[in-house]
Amino acid sequence: MSTLELRGVHAGYGKAQVLHDVSLHVGDGSITTLLGANGAGKTTTLRAISGLVRSTGEILIDGRPIPSAPDAVARLGVAHVPQGRGTIGQLSVDDNLKAGALLRRDRVQARADLRRLRELFPVLGERAQSQAAGLSGGEQQMLAIARALMGRPSILLLDEPSLGLAPLITKELFVLLPRLRDEWGLTVLVVEQNADLALSVGDHAVVLESGRVVLTGTAREISGHDEVRRAYLGN
Amino acid sequence: MNLLQQVLDGLSSGSVYATLALALVLVHRSTGIVNFAQGQMAVISTYVAWTLYDAGVPVWGAIGAAIVLSLVVGALVERFLIRRFEGGEPLAAIVVTVGLLISVNGLVSLIWGTVLKQFPSAFPSGGVGSGSGGTIGYGTLGTIGALLVVVLALNWLFRHTRLGLAFRAVAANPESSALLGLPVGRLLMLGWGLAAAVGALAGCLVAPKLYLAPEMMDSVLTYALAAAVLGGLNSALGTVLAAWFIGVVENLAGTYVSFVGGDMKIAVPLVLMVLILLLKPEGVFGHKEVRRV
Ligand SMILES: Nc1ncnc2c1ncn2[C@@H]1O[C@H](COP(=O)(O)OP(=O)(O)O)[C@@H](O)[C@H]1O
Ligand SMILES: [Mg+2]
Repeated sequence: MSTLELRGVHAGYGKAQVLHDVSLHVGDGSITTLLGANGAGKTTTLRAISGLVRSTGEILIDGRPIPSAPDAVARLGVAHVPQGRGTIGQLSVDDNLKAGALLRRDRVQARADLRRLRELFPVLGERAQSQAAGLSGGEQQMLAIARALMGRPSILLLDEPSLGLAPLITKELFVLLPRLRDEWGLTVLVVEQNADLALSVGDHAVVLESGRVVLTGTAREISGHDEVRRAYLGN
Repeated sequence: MNLLQQVLDGLSSGSVYATLALALVLVHRSTGIVNFAQGQMAVISTYVAWTLYDAGVPVWGAIGAAIVLSLVVGALVERFLIRRFEGGEPLAAIVVTVGLLISVNGLVSLIWGTVLKQFPSAFPSGGVGSGSGGTIGYGTLGTIGALLVVVLALNWLFRHTRLGLAFRAVAANPESSALLGLPVGRLLMLGWGLAAAVGALAGCLVAPKLYLAPEMMDSVLTYALAAAVLGGLNSALGTVLAAWFIGVVENLAGTYVSFVGGDMKIAVPLVLMVLILLLKPEGVFGHKEVRRV
């Protein structure tokens, strides 16, 4: 567990500014939901944290500025499951999981984690030797999350895990989040289009509009806010 | 020469092509670039080995030192020259590697001159068998053996070590790998370094069969490219089989098909390559990428 804080972050692609003065705070051990319409800058926010896009302003973990290279950010304990999952299709399911633990020195513990994740997601054990590309969307999302956990992160960034999944599977995934947070000691920042679902498991929420933070609050405050829902969440 | 000897000689030349082709595949898999300078880099490595040998270092020591030095230099070439062209315009990468080929060729002529040099064989002279069966040279067997050692070593590295897994992950998806904390840049340097090391071995294997000269690897590169393309530019096994096939066909065609002869045999693998690209653009052993969204 760790805290994650953004202070006055600006980021973009080339000349196109996408994030404008974004500040947000993800408390130690919380699940914070990042909401907003398509193109609001949610993915860019996560990519700025991971160092995949350049940013200015401050990004702090436990009060300390993060490095700028993505691999250095990951080694600091930030796991990023990108939009589209980022599993490596040509590698086997097992190799994907092992790749998630390549930087760990506690190999005995890593093997124990692998067993634990196979219990949690039995399909990852059953299809251990299959190419990851052959898994269904839901299975790939499980693989992506499990692979992220194999690195024993303290912060988990999840970008639209529900994309392309059946509603029932999406629901199972979200219900699992608080449990993962507790059992793996995580602080979670999750991007989601399905506001109701995300707010039902999240503690806090941040709403982005056109690259600016327009609202922050507890999940309860934001889901109870009728006007907010109409204006920003589209229902 | 009987048929067995012809075939083994073909396999031996094929093993040299395969070794250089594996270097091409290593580079292509890790950085998506076809390194047209791979052969020329091998030439300079071979000259370094020759220089050490000439100074009194035993032949295996000279070859070993050249291989290690090539590993380092190959990694530096990736870091300081190739890095900025990765993932960019393919044509720019071609221009850069062809430019590197020409520059290294010039550098070799500048340092060592263009007079042919005799390069020692790493294997003893003589061979096994005699009489009506003919003899099979230790050089022939040793070259094939060296390739097999390279293939087994690379296979072990990539399939059974953590470093190999990191390399495969980075080759397949650099961004995802970076998100897992893998040092992508250093792994790409390793890919180029290993390729240069394997290429150096190819140079030292072929040099005793020819003379050491700045253009020594030109035809080898052509054959190696053909083998790598036949193998789909990503399959090690496919590349080796293709290279052996090219070596044997080249040798047999040169001997038994009268209009081909010694001068024309270089064309045989090229004709094959064109035919195969027409019929199967992804190569004989290549696999189309599996993608699922
Ligand atoms: N690689 C890119 N290059 C240029 N513009 C981009 C790129 N990725 C996203 N954008 C732009 O940045 C804005 C925010 O995108 P994104 O962060 O992906 O939004 P969200 O995840 O909230 O849907 C959009 O206007 C999008 O067009
Ligand atoms: Mg997005």
